[in-house]
Amino acid sequence: MENIITNNSIQQEEYIVNMGPQHPSTHGVLRLKISLKGETVENIEPHCGYIHRGIEKMCERLTYQQIIHLTDRLDYLSAHTNNEAVCLLVENALQIEVPERVKYIRTILDELTRLASHQLWWCAFGMDLGALTTYFYGLRDREKILDIFEETTGARLLQSFNVPGGLMNDIHPNFIGRVKEFITYFRKKLPEYDELLTGNVILKERTTDIGLLTLEEAINYGVTGPSGRASGFACDVRKHHPYSAYDKVEFKEILYTKGDSFHRYKARVEEMWESMKILEQLIDNIPEGDYAVKMKPIIKLPEGEYYQRVEAARGEFGVYVLSTGEKYPYRVKFRSPNFSNLSAINKLGAGHKIADLVAIGGSLDLVIPDIDR
Amino acid sequence: MAFDIYDFTSFNQTIDKALYDNLPPILAMLTEMVIIGVVFLLFYALVGLFLVYAERKVCAFIQNRVGPNRVGPYGIFQTFADFIKLLMKELIPINKADKILFNLAPFIVIIASFMAIAAIPFGKGLHAIDLNVGIFYVMAVSSLGVVGILLAGWSSNNKYSLIGAMRSGAQIVSYELSVGLSMVTMVILAGSMQLSEIVEAQRNGWFIFTGHVPAFIAFVIFLIASTAETNRGPFDLAEAESELTAGFHTEYSGIKFAFFFLAEYMNMFIVASIAATIFWGGWMPLHIPGWEGFNIVMDYIPPFFWYMGKTLVVIFLMMWFKWTFPRLRIDQLLKLEWKYLLPINLFNIILMALIVLMGWHF
Amino acid sequence: MNAIINYLKELFGGIKTLLTGMKVTGYYFVHPRQIITQQYPENRKTLKMFDRFKGEVSMPHDENNQHKCTACSICEINCPNGSIEVISKQVEKEDGKKKKELDTYIYKLSMCTFCGICIKVCPQDAIVFSQGFEHAVFNREKLIKTLNKPGSSLKEKVKE
Repeated sequence: MENIITNNSIQQEEYIVNMGPQHPSTHGVLRLKISLKGETVENIEPHCGYIHRGIEKMCERLTYQQIIHLTDRLDYLSAHTNNEAVCLLVENALQIEVPERVKYIRTILDELTRLASHQLWWCAFGMDLGALTTYFYGLRDREKILDIFEETTGARLLQSFNVPGGLMNDIHPNFIGRVKEFITYFRKKLPEYDELLTGNVILKERTTDIGLLTLEEAINYGVTGPSGRASGFACDVRKHHPYSAYDKVEFKEILYTKGDSFHRYKARVEEMWESMKILEQLIDNIPEGDYAVKMKPIIKLPEGEYYQRVEAARGEFGVYVLSTGEKYPYRVKFRSPNFSNLSAINKLGAGHKIADLVAIGGSLDLVIPDIDR
Repeated sequence: MAFDIYDFTSFNQTIDKALYDNLPPILAMLTEMVIIGVVFLLFYALVGLFLVYAERKVCAFIQNRVGPNRVGPYGIFQTFADFIKLLMKELIPINKADKILFNLAPFIVIIASFMAIAAIPFGKGLHAIDLNVGIFYVMAVSSLGVVGILLAGWSSNNKYSLIGAMRSGAQIVSYELSVGLSMVTMVILAGSMQLSEIVEAQRNGWFIFTGHVPAFIAFVIFLIASTAETNRGPFDLAEAESELTAGFHTEYSGIKFAFFFLAEYMNMFIVASIAATIFWGGWMPLHIPGWEGFNIVMDYIPPFFWYMGKTLVVIFLMMWFKWTFPRLRIDQLLKLEWKYLLPINLFNIILMALIVLMGWHF
Repeated sequence: MNAIINYLKELFGGIKTLLTGMKVTGYYFVHPRQIITQQYPENRKTLKMFDRFKGEVSMPHDENNQHKCTACSICEINCPNGSIEVISKQVEKEDGKKKKELDTYIYKLSMCTFCGICIKVCPQDAIVFSQGFEHAVFNREKLIKTLNKPGSSLKEKVKE
């Protein structure tokens, strides 16, 4: 008997599964090391760095105009917003007042970016939960926005349309018409999203009370964007520190208090409605004027530290620049929303099932190149 | 009845008699088996390839895209091309996998689905074997497939595969119950477990109409439970692509993967044909009592087309909800079975028994 | 009793939401005209990119095989990736003056990120984005392109 007991000392090893770096639900090369107990997730250890490109270091040898095109490649789904952060930083540091027209166009493009990003998130979220059809509906609608981008900026994803002091180009003559067309189109299609997924009882069952994040935890982890606002963290930079033309528009900051996967989902869907409202307010009122201020060919920021934040599609995107007065920055640091959002994943996912972890990852809307930079 | 022109019984008996007259009994039996085997193999391959193509087209249209359209007109040869590709692919040997079980698993899965076909009546007299416990046999055989899935998951020595196989085990054990009970409901109405007799009993109206409310409930339950049993979405937890990469068949490649793939579609076909047989009258044409002219016109449509048409409609239903719904979680899957389907099913059986007893059915 | 009502409510409410979802997908199944897929290689002839589309950097030449590049190298300095290399040569003019002229304008497509800075900073508007988007080649060397055509020369500015 005693023998059996001692022989029974087969070590109770943890059942460790590597989700990623190549896995259909991580949307990129993120590696989550998961300890399982049956189907239940005990511990999640994110390992990032698989797509680290050293962008912050590269920025130290690039001029401010050149940095912009690298910020595209952080969170590629809110490329325009990231561009804008650098431009605003340079403009504020040099105290340049950009024309109203530029502000309006930037805001419109920001909101279009946000819409496109949320649409892609919606597709991917459905796919994470196993409803593959959502993917194609979302991409179909996103295509319209990408066409608008392509016509005006020349690129569909990585626009690099901002330059310090304004924009690369004026908007295309078709731009206003196309945006209006898109809004009427998407106002018809968005209720379909609700019918297909939001109302669906399976989705509700899968996401309600899953991955709870309280307000305090959201603030502690620095979870911003729709994910943070679902927990009640009023962190909308557009509302609280308005930039560009956001002080001229009326919009609601979507706030929920529960902070589960379903409300993170809901916050994003509601934000799409708000984005369309912002677009409607701005699109008819673009003032006449120049599309850029004349800048010196070599921009040198005065010595000092600068920080500029904008509301990217996934949360607060910040750029920190330490300048020594040279044409290159001495140090650049990006505060990427996804990195902070990812940090909460162990808090959110532990104790739930594997399938829930996938849903939680989807509801956080992670973009991996933004995490690793 | 007019559809008796499509009776294959005498045709079969002639062949049978000719064989036994001219050959020694053992050889005659062997010849018959070989003929049936070849016919079914061909049928199996063709239906499998067609269903893969159909699924891809249906899901493409549902998803607002065109689907395969490069190989042949409307891409009809796409699946043949895919099949050839899979045949030529390398069978990757897995280190530290249990070699025998690993190689055995796909065969178990495919043989299980192959055996179930034998009992299905495609027309009057057109079945390989007409067991007097046909439904029982089909249920028993089609649930053998899970053994293959469990073996595949266990022997691949892959953590994802193991989780997938365990999920599949839990899933099939519980949903088998609902499939069985919903069939029992219909057996009460038919009064027989022999598939040919069940079809005959629907001569004057399909069970879904004659059995009205309980039959419809049983049909819905059967559809849900059998979708779960065949591991198809929204119950495809065993292979849950976004969670377990490919679940139990992660490590399989080439033709072994094709076996799993084909078996999934064939299981769907079998389940749909059982649904068509016991709820929608199998090969029995649509008869409306009193409309003699209409009934005769319907009778001239060959029973095989009736059978295939009904089966394809059921398959389409299964595809439709696969491509609409998100996947359930494992505990919700079990909750759905034990909390909803099972009590409703038991209640439904009592209802059906009552209706049959009181003669309230049509 | 309440429990049973709740149970049934939950059940039928759930079924209703599932049916609304199926309605949406069913609608698209029976409306194949809503498909917007473009049949790419077939529609190549009619496919027109937007005029601002950033395909690749190119240097327009006029009918006399003349371009506008003065080999000032501003684009090369401004390129964040080092994908442009301007090689100039000293040419002796008829009046004996030495003048810098473009020899080869090397553009490495493989390194380009299409940020558009080179085109924005060019003082002569000598380079533009062309609409070509089919960049796939079998050999990496083919992505290193010479933009000025052989035998081309600088277009003299017309004095007003």
